[in-house]
Amino acid sequence: MSTIGKVTGIIANLVIVETEGRTAQNEICFIKHGDTRLMAEVIKIFGKKIYVQVFESTRGLKVGQEVEFVGHMLEVTLGPGILSKNFDGLQNDLNKMDGVFLKRGEYTEALDADRKFEFKPLASKGDKVVAGSWLGEVKENWMPHKIMVPFKFEGEYTVKSVIGEGEYLINEPIAVITDTEGKDIEVTMVQKWPVKVPIKAYTEKPRPFKILETGIRVMDTLNPIAEGGTGFIPGPFGSGKTVLQHNLSKNAEADLVIVAACGERANEVVEIFTEFPELDDPRTGRKLMERTTIIANTSNMPVAAREASVYTAMTIAEYYRAMGLKVLLLADSTSRWAQALREMSNRMEELPGPDGFPMDLPAIISNFYSRAGYVYLPNGESGSITFIGTVSPAGGNLKEPVTEATKKAARCFYALSQNRADSKRYPAIDPIDSYSKYLEYPEITEYLNKKVSPNWTKNVFEAKDILLRGKETYEQINILGDDGVPLDYHLKYWKSELIDFAILQQDAFDKVDASSSLDRQNFMLEITLEICHKEFQFDSFEEVGPYFKKIINQLKQMNYSIYESDEFVKNRKLLETYLKEREVKQEEQLA
Amino acid sequence: MEKDTKAFQRIYTKLFQLTKATVSLKATGIGNEELAIVDGRLAQVVKIIDDMVTLQVFAGTEGIATDAEVIFAGKAPTLKVGEDLAGRFFNAYGEPIDGGEIMGEEREIGGPSVNPVRRKQPSELIATGIAGIDLNNTLVTGQKIPFFADPDQPFNQVMAMVALRAKADKIILGGVGLSNDDYLYFKQVFDNAGALDRIVGFINTTENPPVERLLVPDMALTAAEYFAVEKNEKVLVLLTDLTLYADALSIVSNRMDQIPSKDSMPGSLYSDLARLYEKAVQFPDGGSITIIAVTTLSGGDITHAIPDNTGYITEGQLFLRKDSDIGKVIVDPFRSLSRLKQLVIGKKTRQDHPQVMNAAVRLYADAANAKTKLENGFDLSDYDERSLEFAKAYSEKLLAIDVNIDVDTMLETAYQLFESYFTPAEVGIRQEFVDKYWKKTEN
Ligand SMILES: Nc1ncnc2c1ncn2[C@@H]1O[C@H](COP(=O)(O)OP(=O)(O)O)[C@@H](O)[C@H]1O
Ligand SMILES: [Mg+2]
Repeated sequence: MSTIGKVTGIIANLVIVETEGRTAQNEICFIKHGDTRLMAEVIKIFGKKIYVQVFESTRGLKVGQEVEFVGHMLEVTLGPGILSKNFDGLQNDLNKMDGVFLKRGEYTEALDADRKFEFKPLASKGDKVVAGSWLGEVKENWMPHKIMVPFKFEGEYTVKSVIGEGEYLINEPIAVITDTEGKDIEVTMVQKWPVKVPIKAYTEKPRPFKILETGIRVMDTLNPIAEGGTGFIPGPFGSGKTVLQHNLSKNAEADLVIVAACGERANEVVEIFTEFPELDDPRTGRKLMERTTIIANTSNMPVAAREASVYTAMTIAEYYRAMGLKVLLLADSTSRWAQALREMSNRMEELPGPDGFPMDLPAIISNFYSRAGYVYLPNGESGSITFIGTVSPAGGNLKEPVTEATKKAARCFYALSQNRADSKRYPAIDPIDSYSKYLEYPEITEYLNKKVSPNWTKNVFEAKDILLRGKETYEQINILGDDGVPLDYHLKYWKSELIDFAILQQDAFDKVDASSSLDRQNFMLEITLEICHKEFQFDSFEEVGPYFKKIINQLKQMNYSIYESDEFVKNRKLLETYLKEREVKQEEQLA
Repeated sequence: MEKDTKAFQRIYTKLFQLTKATVSLKATGIGNEELAIVDGRLAQVVKIIDDMVTLQVFAGTEGIATDAEVIFAGKAPTLKVGEDLAGRFFNAYGEPIDGGEIMGEEREIGGPSVNPVRRKQPSELIATGIAGIDLNNTLVTGQKIPFFADPDQPFNQVMAMVALRAKADKIILGGVGLSNDDYLYFKQVFDNAGALDRIVGFINTTENPPVERLLVPDMALTAAEYFAVEKNEKVLVLLTDLTLYADALSIVSNRMDQIPSKDSMPGSLYSDLARLYEKAVQFPDGGSITIIAVTTLSGGDITHAIPDNTGYITEGQLFLRKDSDIGKVIVDPFRSLSRLKQLVIGKKTRQDHPQVMNAAVRLYADAANAKTKLENGFDLSDYDERSLEFAKAYSEKLLAIDVNIDVDTMLETAYQLFESYFTPAEVGIRQEFVDKYWKKTEN
């Protein structure tokens, strides 16, 4: 028997329901409004009064309307067919909805019940299995999608039968497993899972030890993110958070990418589903959209569903991780989710924490980030979720609750700087303030040195050092004046500019420059540092800037050319010529 | 939608609580966001707890007595939409202020959002002739973008100019706390341009009660949706000044004892503004809603909660500033941004557009550094001197709002400036563009 209640209060999308029956925290309920049923989630229980946040507009709602509690939390549907879909925050398939406008109370099936998948059994009769064990596999786009023992199943089971190879609908039984009491249970390709509960179908979560290649130099070279790692991108509006995330979703070498557009612009979602079906995945040659899933709860969609959207995205990521895949999860922007929590907490007249955010915000954020990670599965395979969220600090000031709480939870910090964005030094990641804690992991540095080059981390730290010294000398030059400092200061400054222009800056909209392989990054870092090592002698500081600009321009031309192409080689040669010219000149002057 | 039949109107005459913007009374069967008339003034339900209903009175509650008559309308605020709207001016309630009634279908304002998958990616450039916009911050139909400007900047003039040059089928003016002079200015400019029949105005002037303003953007956008969805028209919505809209929001939330967040603004400011701005859309059938708004700043401070939240919502901002070097108002290339420009520049315009534009702004930034040096009393290098001269010419020939040329001419002008002051290496654009467009033979 489901619990029934009645609406007794409405404050924007907070609705107070009275019931005598049993309810649970985070339980889902539906408010009957005429012919429609509006979905809501329990967020507080106070005696007979149940506070629910409605995932829809509450216009026209009346006191006395009936509310039906469904007995479970917000759940997502997990099964083949998730990839390439555009879901809303509650996993409704946006493409299945009629009409131009979103209709209140319209909910759709998440997956396609009529789509057949080519099934191949992986388990056989007599196998011992647990939640998350692979029973079979289907091809989803090109991805091997594992059909698993549902995560909700507790304890051990024995496989009684698995259906043979063939095409099946997702709701058809594909296996029968027997529990310890001898009861047979049918398993289909589909299961449900509550979004707020982490899926723990893994045996171990080691410290990340590999890096996730993103193709973005300022990340991979300077502050790499680990596969299974966490990072965040705070930055004032217009500093490049979304462009950076879109670039990550295009170029990172993940098996699949889940994009949670959380409380941001609808046009940015449109960009993904317009462009990705056309763009090639450089590693597989397939279309990018085939490996992408969008969870869209844009800023004009119901506020309460913003919170749900990030959890929905994380749960889908966990589902694919349990198949042994490398998942990249992106959320833009986690601040909007925090604001949604604040709006609710305000309406419930809870005692506010800093800036009106709920007191437990840091705990909520850290719990969420902790769901990412590299894991070993029961069958010895591994999978990962790398999570990168953006943060939109009010007034661009990083000393605000969401940024501070996230800083504690995420291991990479990619601070976007207004100054760099203003002077179009994109991506505007501040090279000094940003960090990757993973560079402190010996297993990561060893991995990098082995994968890229034995000198790699040494070079990286040297580049960081040059950047830092460049910044310091720049400040000195500003205080003392161009001719008030030794000429050496100008050299130091320009060497840091060299690294800034050749390595840090990268044009996300240039088809060649947008992504750079680790090999190429290594090459560029090597030659840039080589130039930095040179002993330059100039007669006056006036000569330094123009010379370095010529060099920088040449390095940029290389960045714009396809790696190792004729054009690239030509530009490289020209660079050598300029460097040689200088050497000859200096020798002449010495003589 | 419920029918509003006079027979079912419920009338109450006992107010329980009054604040400057709200009244509360005991009533049953009332819907959230329902309209009512309180003592002859329009009001809307904002909160219901058991049988206690709180209404926001748009015109304020001055003089309302505890026995005032409250009549519930049984529906949310509406606007009558139809071809009749064209060429007419309305008040915040959607009632004509320029004569007779209009015919049309009644629509609830503040209606549902467009399903994101039913949107089309914007791709049509809006040419304004202003290089500070077309070259550096190109606008696209379906975009939402505000002017950020101090109150003494000529934002309404620039906006009117942009509106008339944009080839819109309809221009919808939402006057939010517009001064009467500016209202008359808009009317006159549109009239002189012979565009009055393409204009629809929803006007709340400074003479009207502030809370009334909250209805104006929704009225304007409901009209816009009618023309864009039903008539597939290109609609341009002008909203000036949304800072006053946010101020009105804070008045209401304050009266309802909500905990204010930054700068005394309601915690929901982001969602409240996003709800409006996200009505900007490009439909696959050709119809579109482009929103150009005004957010006035105080002392150029863009970290204040209103411009800050706006910047996080809109697809860029156009920052107006007086350049004292040339004595003209310019579109500041640093603080301004059009996020949709990359959908058209280099695609609908010349291929070198993005690089030329970025290079010019970078050089302008070098000039700003040189200026700082100068102010700190240091000698300038030859490069500094050249960049300063460049900056002045750039400001005069391209950034000033009185520039009116086409995009190709803007690009030509940029090369002329580059050539006059810099070497190709200093400008640092792709060699193929240098080869193609750089006129001088050196280097
Ligand atoms: N890597 C980049 N290369 C070139 N332009 C960029 C880059 N990153 C950002 N931009 C410019 O900055 C604008 C704002 O970037 P966006 O990512 O939308 O900012 P945010 O999400 O931080 O508000 C973009 O529309 C683009 O014009
Ligand atoms: Mg963004």
